[in-house]
Amino acid sequence: MARVVVVTSGKGGVGKTTSTAALGAALAQAGEHVVVVDFDVGLRNLDLVMGAERRVVFDLINVVQGDAKLHQALIRDKRIETLSLLPASQTRDKDALKPEGVAKVIAELREKFDWVICDSPAGIERGATLAMRHADIAVVVTNPEVSSVRDSDRIIGLLDSKTERAERGERIDKHLLLARYDAVRATRGEMLKVEDVLEILSIPLLGIIPESEDVLRASNLGVPVTLNSPASAPTRAYLDAARRLRGETVVMTFPSQKRSLISRLLGRKAIA
Amino acid sequence: MNLFSFFRRRRSAPVARERLQVLLSHERGNGGDSELLAVLRDEILRVISAHLTIDDDKVQVKLERGQAVSLLEIDIEVPGRLDQQIRKRRRPTGPPLLPAPST
Repeated sequence: MARVVVVTSGKGGVGKTTSTAALGAALAQAGEHVVVVDFDVGLRNLDLVMGAERRVVFDLINVVQGDAKLHQALIRDKRIETLSLLPASQTRDKDALKPEGVAKVIAELREKFDWVICDSPAGIERGATLAMRHADIAVVVTNPEVSSVRDSDRIIGLLDSKTERAERGERIDKHLLLARYDAVRATRGEMLKVEDVLEILSIPLLGIIPESEDVLRASNLGVPVTLNSPASAPTRAYLDAARRLRGETVVMTFPSQKRSLISRLLGRKAIA
Repeated sequence: MNLFSFFRRRRSAPVARERLQVLLSHERGNGGDSELLAVLRDEILRVISAHLTIDDDKVQVKLERGQAVSLLEIDIEVPGRLDQQIRKRRRPTGPPLLPAPST
């Protein structure tokens, strides 16, 4: 049975789009049929992070409005056969996204794919609520930083009240993905620790993604980080998170402070 | 991190720059080219369906935006043999478009 996942956060810039691409790629690498859907109408970026920006023909709004068929708007990833992208529209008309249309598209995607991963826009407006509306599972992306944690708490409240599942009195699975975690700064007490965030938000931990230059490099190149740097720390964290989403029990790896020889010579900090 | 990755790291920004330049030159020129593409697709389909029976679901529009040239590709799956389809459709109004096969 297909599962619909929303990747959400409330706050912008915490790593929703990067995480959508990485989790989508990780699940597809494991052989699952995955579609990643960009809900950020007017400010799409998932296409860019996935490296498909030159191939966008039709988008979510075209499908919702009936101007294009779903299969015409889906972009098949060139590297992983089982991964597809449904891009958002660049239109300025935010109201173009209609709830009934979205429901229809999600239902159609459920039939075609094992995983439907919705990349939510920042904020708590229409786009964000529509992105979470049909979700079975929510991945709440949070940075260890006060405003991000506060916004995540608001989003968790919305997940428990505004989603279809919540309205039916069912439970929506919520997971915390702690991104841009800097173990060095957390050890120094400059940054909230994993335990702090978990205690405040009290939802289960899906993974800890260390702050890493591999993530920036991957988005520069338009390749999900799990494909671009297969041996990197963020990739390991995303692959483990994807396995947990699939229901496996995987021991949590906590990023620790490790400095390689060259980074010591250069005086840089690396997280391994 | 090793020496190789140290040097490779420097190379991703120029790629990012080039990708953005191509993308933005297209986006600034026309914000909603999906509308143009939908019109193009519909008109091309109208011309073709005057001669051939085609299924809307078997039409795939592909686009690859480039710096100097873009490639617009429209794949239309035609059921059966093309020549037979054409003769079938044309017979009432005029002579066949293709000569009859010799066999």
